[in-house]
Amino acid sequence: MVEGSKQVLGEQVRRRDRASKVVSDPREALSVVQSGMRLLVGGFGLCGVPETLLATLAELSVGDFEVVSNNCGVDGFGLGWLLEAHKLRQITASYVGENREFERQLLLGSIDVCLTPQGTLAERLRAGGAGLAAFYTPTGVGTSYAENKEIRVFEGKPFLLERALRGHIALVKAEVGDRSGNLIYRGTARNFNPLCAMAADYTIAEVESLVDEGALEPDSVHTPGIFVDAILHSPGEKRIERLKEQMAAVN
Amino acid sequence: MWTREQIAARAAEELTPGSYVNLGIGLPTLVANFIRPNQRITLQSENGLLGVGPYPARGTADADWINAGKETITANAGASTFDSATSFAMIRSGRIDVALLGAMEVAANGDLANWMVPGKRVKGMGGAMDLVAGVRRVVILMEHCTHAGESKLLKRCTLPLTGQSVVDRVITDLGVFDIEDDAFVLRELAAGTTLERVREATAGTLRISPSFH
Repeated sequence: MVEGSKQVLGEQVRRRDRASKVVSDPREALSVVQSGMRLLVGGFGLCGVPETLLATLAELSVGDFEVVSNNCGVDGFGLGWLLEAHKLRQITASYVGENREFERQLLLGSIDVCLTPQGTLAERLRAGGAGLAAFYTPTGVGTSYAENKEIRVFEGKPFLLERALRGHIALVKAEVGDRSGNLIYRGTARNFNPLCAMAADYTIAEVESLVDEGALEPDSVHTPGIFVDAILHSPGEKRIERLKEQMAAVN
Repeated sequence: MWTREQIAARAAEELTPGSYVNLGIGLPTLVANFIRPNQRITLQSENGLLGVGPYPARGTADADWINAGKETITANAGASTFDSATSFAMIRSGRIDVALLGAMEVAANGDLANWMVPGKRVKGMGGAMDLVAGVRRVVILMEHCTHAGESKLLKRCTLPLTGQSVVDRVITDLGVFDIEDDAFVLRELAAGTTLERVREATAGTLRISPSFH
């Protein structure tokens, strides 16, 4: 649980029950978001990012967010919209290149960055979503990243203690969702989305297609509906960050 | 001296048939062009794909299918997709046989620096620290010297480390070097270069077996 999040969310935002998870308007879906919250945002680069939710959030009056996401979008797309609207106070990410507006705000000191190894970031979210407090990992031992972290030796090998990470709100993107919040992702658009969905007090999923209960095979569900509080149908606009194609037929 | 393509081709040669391999961004990405089908190599991309295929044919690129360098790609037959926690579970638990990565500096003790230069803009370590901590064998592909002509094969790294004592082999434009007992051991000399050139371009301890003389 995020510290203080019960007070923030408990009174004003009741988790939606199974019958009413579907929200038709992005503004309605985002009405639970308050200034200063920690947001977990799915996606890797521009792949699997909740575009409609981010574009709408950039237009709302709330801000001062702490964002956890593998990257920080690019100029003019994804989290880049929240940067341009000066809504980010801090970002926890593994890689923040490809974004001039981010660089500018970092130099100005108006945004804080907390760099975390990618696998550690994924596992911190997974632990947060699984009710764990912390875990030990070999990643980063012997580097400046390990400064001020507890080291413990298991079977002769040193490991770093890493804390679980949770957020107030998760914004995730899936290809298909059903009315009870079950989600299926497509290709490499899965990435951090299932982890973010599990690690927040309140999870909003944006889906390209919304189907009725019973339309999804239980065996094919990636994120069970219990982790999803609100579901928004929005085809969105998928963007390619680096288009690569085969030059010519290779034989 | 080897070109970048020749470095990549040499790296592809040493992949054991049937192995699982992660390719870093930049020069290591070129290695995919030189892997032969009969090597049966499975490429892992840490954003969640095992079985990375070639770039898509013209007009068929799909925004939902990218590699860790954010380039559009395809999936081979037999591929699987998964979330980032599962991806790094494979990496940290030693399931990936080889990581081919770029570097700014490698030291004779196996230390690797490839993620930040103090005073310059910090972009982040991405998955590099996890890869070197968990992958069984780490092979570095890079130019032997910086643009300014300074050696990148050092006694000790001067830049912040990505991992301590993690590098097994370095392939540069001058040849192939194994890290052993705090030294760079020359295994192959690139065509068109000399032992003299390798000596002057290597700041860390260099060992050259008599067979090269």
